Amino acid sequence: MPVDVADLVVAARDGDRHAFDELVRATYVETYTLAYRLTGNEEDARDVVQEAYLRAYKGLKRFRGDAQFSTWMYRITANCASTFLGRRQRNRCEELTEDLSTRDERPAASPEVQAEATALRERLQVALRALPPKLRAVVILRDVYDLPHEAIAAELGISESAAKVRLHRARKKLRDDLFARPSEEQAHAV
Amino acid sequence: MRCEQLTGSLSDAADGSVLLDGPSRAHVEHCLRCQAELAQYRKLLRALRALRTEVLVPAPGLLPEILLHLEQAGERRAIRSILTGRRVAYLGGIAAATAAGAAGAIVLASRSRRRMSLAG
Repeated sequence: MPVDVADLVVAARDGDRHAFDELVRATYVETYTLAYRLTGNEEDARDVVQEAYLRAYKGLKRFRGDAQFSTWMYRITANCASTFLGRRQRNRCEELTEDLSTRDERPAASPEVQAEATALRERLQVALRALPPKLRAVVILRDVYDLPHEAIAAELGISESAAKVRLHRARKKLRDDLFARPSEEQAHAV
Repeated sequence: MRCEQLTGSLSDAADGSVLLDGPSRAHVEHCLRCQAELAQYRKLLRALRALRTEVLVPAPGLLPEILLHLEQAGERRAIRSILTGRRVAYLGGIAAATAAGAAGAIVLASRSRRRMSLAG
């Protein structure tokens, strides 16, 4: 039976600890996915997820329910990841575990379309990991999770214009990495 | 218009957040390079949006870890609130005792003053 997240939020806000546990159960994989994409490694993602749920638990009374619970969790996770990465102040992309399993929840397409999409997705994952964490955070929150500029700016502790500049830089870098012109590819090959 | 002047606008145009003005649109309609760039941004944005539906499966043990972390935090909170309650009661007791002592001292002082004035 599907879990009604809105009902769980109401119950948890009224102090039902079991309801909050159910909320965690219903949303932790999604939250972990975002944390992993933002931090770039499994160990940090686990820490960020734990901290994010703790903050959510403490701040649940402030959640008015005008956004979805998952969106609220994205914002908290982004904030935790930002704090975490700020503390680390170094890119740990080299520690990425390559064997992390993924689950694609989209409906199946034709084999050719699927193969092309898989190839592009793999190149995109590599390009995302290669981005500096600050650029990666903005492009993931905006273009993958569809968060508004002002929310991204607020959670990352930057101005809205800085968020936009970072987004442009991230997109340009990704585009360059994914669609390098033939002349550039040849130059790399030489 | 030169292609360089459109740098930045094309990625915004690709996600629909910005509409290109007349001269920019006219340039893109005739410039293969800008058309290709716009198409690449659109493809990139589609690929990024598709990542939304893809979830990474965490190693087993993360869920119990989160729940345990929350439980421990809840216990710490409860202990803190009990200690805070006791501290409040303790400080309240001290305050009450101090007030009672002060009141007693005032009463004694006024009585001794009355006795002295009667004797004198």
